[in-house]
Amino acid sequence: MNKQKRYRKLLGTPYYLWSVFFIIIPLGMVFYYGLTNRNGSLTFENIAAITQPEHIKGLFLALGLSFLSTIICILLSYPLAMILSAMKVSTKSFVVFIFILPMWMNFLLRTMAWQTLLEKNGVINSILSFVGLPALKIINTPSAIVLGMVYNFLPFMVLPLYNCISKIDENVINAARDLGANSFKVFTKIILPLSVPGIISGITMVFIPALTTFVISKLLGGSKILLIGNVIEEEFTQASNWNLGSGLSIVLMIFIIISIIITNIFDKGGESNFL
Amino acid sequence: MKRYLCAFALAVLLAGVCLTGCGKNGSSKGEVVVYNWGEYIDPDTLSMFEEETGIKVIYDEFETNETMYPKVEAGATVYDVICPSDYTIRKMIENDLLQEIDLDHIPNAKNIGAQYYKEAEGFDPGNRYAVPYCWGTVGILYNKTMVDEKVDSWEILWDPKYKDNILMQDSVRDAFMVALKTKGYSMNTLDLDELTEAKNYLLEQKPLVQAYVVDQVRDKMIGNEAAIGVIYSGEAIYTQRENPDLEYVIPKEGTNVWIDSWVIPKNAKNLENAEKFIDFMCRPDIALMNFEYITYSTPNDAARELIEDEEIKNSPIAFPDLSQYDHLETYTYLGQEGDELYNELWKEVKSE
Repeated sequence: MNKQKRYRKLLGTPYYLWSVFFIIIPLGMVFYYGLTNRNGSLTFENIAAITQPEHIKGLFLALGLSFLSTIICILLSYPLAMILSAMKVSTKSFVVFIFILPMWMNFLLRTMAWQTLLEKNGVINSILSFVGLPALKIINTPSAIVLGMVYNFLPFMVLPLYNCISKIDENVINAARDLGANSFKVFTKIILPLSVPGIISGITMVFIPALTTFVISKLLGGSKILLIGNVIEEEFTQASNWNLGSGLSIVLMIFIIISIIITNIFDKGGESNFL
Repeated sequence: MKRYLCAFALAVLLAGVCLTGCGKNGSSKGEVVVYNWGEYIDPDTLSMFEEETGIKVIYDEFETNETMYPKVEAGATVYDVICPSDYTIRKMIENDLLQEIDLDHIPNAKNIGAQYYKEAEGFDPGNRYAVPYCWGTVGILYNKTMVDEKVDSWEILWDPKYKDNILMQDSVRDAFMVALKTKGYSMNTLDLDELTEAKNYLLEQKPLVQAYVVDQVRDKMIGNEAAIGVIYSGEAIYTQRENPDLEYVIPKEGTNVWIDSWVIPKNAKNLENAEKFIDFMCRPDIALMNFEYITYSTPNDAARELIEDEEIKNSPIAFPDLSQYDHLETYTYLGQEGDELYNELWKEVKSE
């Protein structure tokens, strides 16, 4: 018995090592850099730097664009998830497969592909001009960034929603109909409330990566639009000010935790309880 | 429990030692760890070096001086040879990160033209730390089919006619250099009024700019995505090869003349191999191979003599006669406060 326990613990060591080396130590370093200045003495300057106009602007822009993308993702995914859950098993798995397929390709490549598609002389505009339509001018604008976010993170909204909706007991819906509820009422009173956990985990999985992205805004925004992710990235890569970059990362972490808390308030005992 | 942990740790350690050790034993002459710009060497020259000397080359790349510097400073990886630009070399010298190079151990260094050594004195007085590898200018690349007028001034980058057809460099020094030069100031100024004026000038330009990019200027210009771009002269020859409509000019307000040079960091482990590597890179045939591959101008006069294509050999893009141009400057290290000031102003431009 004792031996078995020992083995169990031993089997856990790789995970302990993993979390120490790749989660705890890096996080500790972020906090160390964020709370010190270049000379290594304690300061809150790097955290307070978020109030500088260009930082706060980057933060609010990121919050706004990722909020918008999340909403669009929900609006697109919800009907799809409902259609999916009503499908036959064979077609269902095919459609889910289609949605997962692009994720086999590298995220960076897919975003770069959008750059080529949306460019002035890109594929989309060539087709548009061929059929005599005016050119689409969204590359290097916030719209292109939102498009990139929605495209990249849509599967993360579809899958939890689909999982959640397909788990709803048919009998509950039938009972509601028996008691005289029309389709609209079934949706608002049964399906929607029961799918809240799916919506919540979808939101967390779309909103947070969208909030922190810097690649999408760099590639599709032409570096003309600075999100907070870009500000942080440039502090590390261009300004070599790791302290300020870390300080702003801590602020961003705080916003992520806040967003998780808010979503958890709506999710009573659901599947996305991270905290 | 503890015993098992120890055993596990030991196993991991042993595996690690074995893996790195095996690499070391592969060649008896040891190794040389090189840190260079991305796509800045003909890979064949590396295998030739390995074959001729038996020294294994461990090759690592960076995208900007600014990403390279903190890695070297932190000492996370110990490099033997690095290829930074002028102002960064100055910064490394000032922060005591480099060691002096003994040119007696690098006989081929004499192939580098005297004028380049003279130029390098600007950031490396006495030529004690750096051996020039590539040099060039920053200028305007434009598409002849989209631009009819004569291009000879940075001001065309502020012409509303070319709205959404202008590509600017997404790097703080190059962007400010363009604005400062157009206004007639030094690209190394620390005068707040001049810098603020340059910042406002860049802000004025922003609505006209299609995108701020670094390496993509090349591909976008080849693909006719934009009419005018700010580009390094080394890329110009390559882009012209791919798209004959493109033309490169050095603007009359002056520009940046830069030199990227080989240096040896103070903590280098394989000094002798580093010297051998630099010497190899200065050999005329190798320098020629690199020039033909990366198309950045070589300061190696002996290699230039070997270029067969007369047009390239005397190309005003690859080998401009710098005495013909006024107001040319080389970036100097601005000091930490200067760097921070530039970065702050650039962030204000970008976030607008």
